[in-house]
This record gives sequence, C-alpha cells and structure tokens, in this order.
Amino acid sequence: MSIKIMDLTHVYDLKTPNETIAINHIDLEVETGEFIGLIGHTGSGKSTLIQQMNGLLKPTSGEIIISGYNITEGLNRPINKKKKVTKAESTQRKKRLIEVRKRVGLVFQYPEYQLFEETVEKDIAFGPINLGLEEAEVKLRVKNAMEVVGLDYEAYKERSPFELSGGQKRRVAIAGVLAMKPEVLILDEPTAGLDPKGRDEILGQIKSLHANEKITVIIVSHSMEDMAKVASRLIVMNKGMIVLDGTPKIVFKQIDLLEEIGLAVPQISYLIRALNTAGFSMDETINTVEEAKDALIQILNKRIG
Amino acid sequence: MIKTEGLFFKYDDEKDENKYALKNINLNIVDGEFVVIIGHNGSGKSTLSKLFNGIYYPTDGKIYIDGLDTSDESQIWEIRKRAGMVFQNPDNQLVATIVEEDVAFGPENLGLPSEEIRARVDEALESVKMSAFKRKPPHHLSGGQKQRVAIAGILAMKPRCIIFDEPTAMLDPSGRKEVMQTIAHLNKDEKMTIVHITHFMDEAVEADRILVMDEGEIVLEGKPKEVFSQVEKLKEIGLDVPQVTLLSFELNQMGYAVNKENLTVDELVENLCQLK
Repeated sequence: MSIKIMDLTHVYDLKTPNETIAINHIDLEVETGEFIGLIGHTGSGKSTLIQQMNGLLKPTSGEIIISGYNITEGLNRPINKKKKVTKAESTQRKKRLIEVRKRVGLVFQYPEYQLFEETVEKDIAFGPINLGLEEAEVKLRVKNAMEVVGLDYEAYKERSPFELSGGQKRRVAIAGVLAMKPEVLILDEPTAGLDPKGRDEILGQIKSLHANEKITVIIVSHSMEDMAKVASRLIVMNKGMIVLDGTPKIVFKQIDLLEEIGLAVPQISYLIRALNTAGFSMDETINTVEEAKDALIQILNKRIG
Repeated sequence: MIKTEGLFFKYDDEKDENKYALKNINLNIVDGEFVVIIGHNGSGKSTLSKLFNGIYYPTDGKIYIDGLDTSDESQIWEIRKRAGMVFQNPDNQLVATIVEEDVAFGPENLGLPSEEIRARVDEALESVKMSAFKRKPPHHLSGGQKQRVAIAGILAMKPRCIIFDEPTAMLDPSGRKEVMQTIAHLNKDEKMTIVHITHFMDEAVEADRILVMDEGEIVLEGKPKEVFSQVEKLKEIGLDVPQVTLLSFELNQMGYAVNKENLTVDELVENLCQLK
C-alpha cells in the first residue's frame, strides 16, 4: 500500500483575509511497510497532511495517489473554476474514496472523545458492520482488534466505554480503527496525555502490529524520545513544507535546525553532543539510552583496562 | 501554604465502599515551594489538585489553604482567589474574544475599580510575556500562548499559589518550554507557591520537591535527585525517569563509578569527564 503525493498544496480560507497556507507544494512518497514518524510544531501542517491522505480534506492543488487510486482526480477546485467537474467524475471520486478509506485508517487526536456506543464491542464493531461484513467476521475482527490493544475481550465487551479510564478508552478507539483492517494506519498523537506506562504499551502494540501484519504506519508525535525508539523514517515539517526526511539517526543530528523550528531532540542526543564538545569522540548518531550505554561501556572499559 | 491532615477522598458514585481515590494524605507545602506531583493515570494526582481548589471536598480529614479550611463553604471564593488553577486543555479555559478581556474576567468578577483591573491585566500579561497579544483573539494563538493567557487570567486574581494540572500535556515542545519557563519565572522571581502535575519527568527536574502518587497514596517524596535515583521503584509503578538518569543508573548498576543521581546532561558529562 503505497502513498504518492505530488506537488500538494492546501490553503485554508482561500481568498479571504484569513487565508493560510497549511501545506505548501509537498512531494512525498511512502512505501508499503514503512514506519514513519511525522513531527513538527503545532500549525506546521502535519494534521492537514494526514487528513489529505484519506481524502477528508480536498487539496487546493496537487495530486494524491493511494495504492493506484488517484483520489484527487475529478475535484472541483476553487483555483480552477473554469474547468467544470461533471457529475460522473465526482461520483467516481466518491467511489475511489470509499475504497481508500477502507485501506487507510485514521486515528485522530484524543480519539476517546469519539466513542458513542453502549458497549465496547458495539463501538468497535461499528466500522466493520458498515463495511457490510457478516456477523461472524465482525465478531472475529472485534476480538482481534481488542487483543492487539491489550483489552481482554470477555472482560470488556459488555462494558460501557464511558466507564473506562482514559487510557482504556483510547485503546477502544484505536481498536475501532484496527477492526477495519487498514493497510495504512495513521495515528495523530496516539500517546498524548498518557502516563509513561500507557505510552510505552500503546507504542509497543503499534510496533508489533506493524511487524506482524506488515502494514504501513504513520505516527504524528511530539515525543522525540519515542520516535527515536520506534520509527524507521522521520519526516519533519515546518511552515507547510517538509524540511527534513530520513532515518532518526540522520534527522536527530540536525540539533540546531530542529531547535530553530521549535522542536527538540532526545535528551541522549544532547548528551552525545555535550560529550563530544568535552573531548569524547562518540558516534553522533546515537539517540537511545541503550546505544549510549553500549558506547560508554566501551570507552570506560578501555580506560580501566 | 497548603496543608492536609489525614485526608481521605471517595467519589460519590463509587460503589465499592472501601475504594478511596485518596488515602491518608498528610502534606505540608510551604510558602514559595515548587512541588511537582507525578503518578500514572488514575493514581489520584488530579483528584488531589481538585481538592486543593475546593472543587471537591474531603470525605475525611482536612485541607487548609493559607490557613483556610476548604470544607468551609463560606470561604470557597477566598480560597480560589488565593490558590488558582490551570488545566490541561487551553481551549477550555478561555472565555472572551480578546486576550485582555479574558484576563480581566476574574478581576471584574471581584468587583474591582476599573483602574485596578487595567493595572492587574497589564501586569499579568507582562509577567507571562503576552503583552504584545493583548488585543488579539485567543483562537489565533498557539497552544503555548493560550496556556500563558490562561495563566495570566489566574495571575490577575493575585493568588499566592497556582496549581497546574498537566498544563503541558497538549502542547508541542516549544509550547511546553514556554509554559515551563513561565512557571519557573513565577516561582523564582515572583516567589509564588507552585504545584505542578505532569507526566513529563524532565519537567520535574527543577522542582524543590517531588511527590510520587500511586493508588491514592504518596509513595515517594523528596528532592528530584532522591526520587529519580529510585529507578526500579518508579518503573514498578509505571513511571520513568529522565534518559540521563536512566543511563547513569544502568552504568552504576554495572559497577562503573557513575553517580546514579545525575539528572542533567551537564552533570553526567562532568561525571564522565572525571572517569575518562
């Protein structure tokens, strides 16, 4: 399931005094099975970009092709008023969007506010039922999705989602998207507001889902420490543009640039830089506690030995 | 400034008779202290903060804010004036369409003369470095800026203490930095008592004292160095420690002469330089 974005621009409130360019001529390709961390400060365009990826927003200009489906074809764009879009074209786009939304699952920020059903099972089943699946298949999907997010099916299926704790509600909401069996899973700050344990659990579950099901994952996050741990590629946005794109090791080397655009790097990256300034010669791409420990042990052993 | 004696609290809708959200909390937060409370979701941190502010009343025991008993309803406005509260979501705390009107909301309700309100609003916005935005609509501000306006709204009430309930949870790194700098300024320069509840361990490093809550009780308490060096205990209750502290701890466990109380990058660098 690949995503190809070509020269994408999105302008809010076009031709009004509040006109804001949220995305500014972005080109981006995501391959099947990638695990991407999307970072950038508030207002950098991250959320706009992910909403484009499953057709929730129509771009002002540019093209998006998801697994061969061009979801921008047949759009009535305000920029191009002269070219009328025919009814047939717009119906076709809607059909393509349905196919895309089956494949691209989007978990919003604070998704627990979107729970609405009487029981956990019904809430998670809502999506699959709408896909027109058979009852047995729906049940199976609900069970599997709950297992992935670490909720015991028998213990929780009859519970009201509103009686659960914040962390549990969040799991129910994520399970609701997983039950759609998306090929691309996009999560907007899935760990915001959770405690360290809840955060590690949810990230761990997403990571094993990615490994087991070979799906593509895109996580929007403000936590550089988490992204250093889980992502294989980081995309950094600023002012509607992609300013850095590469492995965490490559991206976190750019401490000055990241700070300049209101971001940070993991504390370990700061440590390595400070150590090197103090005369150590450590690999500047180290960004996790484990790596730093191994490298320091070698240095300390040499000294002692 | 804040004192609790044998404090117990149970939610009204709690069916289990023996299930208390807070159990036997005895605290004494002194004037000008910067206290950080950490604990996992559901450990009782937020409940405790809401009791400080008279939003909930103790089931048993007492809380005194600046000597005033929070269970005395006639004192509740005086208590909220002295101990202001800032919450997680900046969008839920701003009420007016212009920044300065928002900040003026509290003092207006106190019925102060308009010159006094003007002076308080200007001073409060200056303190959080938001004067340049005083005529802007709040919805055009970033998350960090909105939180600073919310803080200014509390400052305009001239409290002696501010309780922050996860004020940075919804902010990006630069927003978090802005809010943490503002909190540090209020504590250091304006000598205000601060209670700060957070899930970000690095925000606790500068505190005078850290309280760790678990299952409604205070399970650890002390200076940041004392608390964070208890890596195993913190992990056991689902919390973590700053990366530098974790690294120091692990090297120390392996027998290297690294101080497990290192909290900052500078401390660890200095420590390693001595060993090299």
